[in-house]
Amino acid sequence: MTGAVELGLIYAVMALGVYLTFRILDFPDLTVDGSFTAGGATAAILIVNGVNPFAATAAGAAAGLVAGTITGLLHTKGGINPLLAGILTQIGLYSINLRIMDGANVPLLRQETLITPLRDAEVLGTWVSILIFAALALVIKVVMDWFLNTDLGLAIQATGDNPAMIRSFGVNTHRTKILGLALSNGLVALCGALIAQYQGFADISMGIGLIIAGLASVILGQAIIPPRIIVVATAAVIAGSVLYRVAIQIALEVGLDPNDMKLVSAVLVVLALVLPKWSVLRRVPSIRSIRRSAAVEPTAGDR
Amino acid sequence: MLDLTSVSKTFFPGTVNERRALTDVSLSLAPAEFTTVIGSNGAGKSTLLNLVAGSLTPDSGSIVIDGSVVTRLPDHRRAAYIGRVFQDPMAGTAPTMTIEENLAIALSRGRSRGLRLGVTRSKREFFQAELASLELGLEDRLKTVVGLLSGGQRQALSLLMATFSEPRILLLDEHTAALDPSRAELVTRLTADAVERHHLTTLMVTHNMEQALRLGTRLIMMHEGRIVVDVAGEQKQRATVADLLGAFEKVKGAGFDDRTLLQ
Repeated sequence: MTGAVELGLIYAVMALGVYLTFRILDFPDLTVDGSFTAGGATAAILIVNGVNPFAATAAGAAAGLVAGTITGLLHTKGGINPLLAGILTQIGLYSINLRIMDGANVPLLRQETLITPLRDAEVLGTWVSILIFAALALVIKVVMDWFLNTDLGLAIQATGDNPAMIRSFGVNTHRTKILGLALSNGLVALCGALIAQYQGFADISMGIGLIIAGLASVILGQAIIPPRIIVVATAAVIAGSVLYRVAIQIALEVGLDPNDMKLVSAVLVVLALVLPKWSVLRRVPSIRSIRRSAAVEPTAGDR
Repeated sequence: MLDLTSVSKTFFPGTVNERRALTDVSLSLAPAEFTTVIGSNGAGKSTLLNLVAGSLTPDSGSIVIDGSVVTRLPDHRRAAYIGRVFQDPMAGTAPTMTIEENLAIALSRGRSRGLRLGVTRSKREFFQAELASLELGLEDRLKTVVGLLSGGQRQALSLLMATFSEPRILLLDEHTAALDPSRAELVTRLTADAVERHHLTTLMVTHNMEQALRLGTRLIMMHEGRIVVDVAGEQKQRATVADLLGAFEKVKGAGFDDRTLLQ
């Protein structure tokens, strides 16, 4: 189970990226599946070629930045629908990732990676490694909280919330969208680079269906911790990511076929999206109903 | 301050739906001049505002703001000059963000946005003082999400956001039309106060003739894409709703039956 928590904390980096596009920019970005693999592939091939693992990981993240920028350009300058722009980049990346790895996978056996020191000290799967990965997720969360509260970050938030309004205050929403997508996919690719090192290989299929895991983490987290402010929302995303991995682990332990996990994930996300809309369940206090009642509540200053 | 010269705009040119929204309109506003714009539906009032704001670009003619030619600049690059309040109270604010975050966004109007913290202590004090002037009690609710405010409160906040960073030009697009009478009255009063305080050159579209006469220093009436009445100063002070209806009838050349003007 500690392994599942570890994985959840590493994947939280990806979930934070998905949160940035899906919730903040209101842009369902499907680039994720491709940029995650691009991050893993880039980091792995560089490590195999003797590059310092820190530099290789950074290069992996940079690959994601580029992928996100391309989706952003397709959407803003090309006027392509968000979903299609993401899919186009994702499909293009499939070939590019095969080129990067010069094959379908790159094993990292006996290579010096970021995970090697942890493995040598035999702390993987213990509380020590959980603390280390939690610290990593927390650092990224804090930086993201800070960034979203800067002038630029507020402009990105408003781009997802009311684009006409933020344009009327002098912000080029094309630029904020591209920046948001680049940063999001940078985080996703960083996660891909870490996962490749954690599992000991990069593989062309490592990103398939990842967007669903990301969405599940975001939705799950926000269902248990109603987000009112960014600081809480990002914490909820991390919690959601851990919870999701633990749920998958439990499903495996009770004997479900690993091949069925994608279906289980998809059904989970569908339920999380659909259940709050059913009238019977609306009476159950949930984020949705709390928000709605707050919206019609007579307010003090309203005379 | 604002100069439109021979501005024309046609929608769907060359199709069966072709519609001339503005025909050869010239308009010059002096600094701090507060102009109200009236006219029936389809007269070109909103098109005029959208052209000034940059949401639309004219087919011909030029638009100059404070000496700079802005005819072809997109809306976000004109924002430094222009504050705008829309008819829809939801349009001017970001609903999931807090009051102080919305104000911080508005305060950086037209400036490049970097990695400084959006809401600082000193800004917060400034916001509180400005919100207090609205007399809605919002100064104690800086961290309230704007989506929870009533339409009147949101419109008052939109007005503050449009004016407190002192743009050169304030555009008001029927900004009281969607509010109940008492709220409309409040926002109208706040508008007059803000324009007075910041000496804003203002263009206000309204359907309410009485409001158009009461507010501002100049009044223009539009009909079928042209400016047909333009009164200022004492002449405007003396004008009555009946005068405007009379003028409109004369322009139309036929009997008067436009219900939208009777509000």
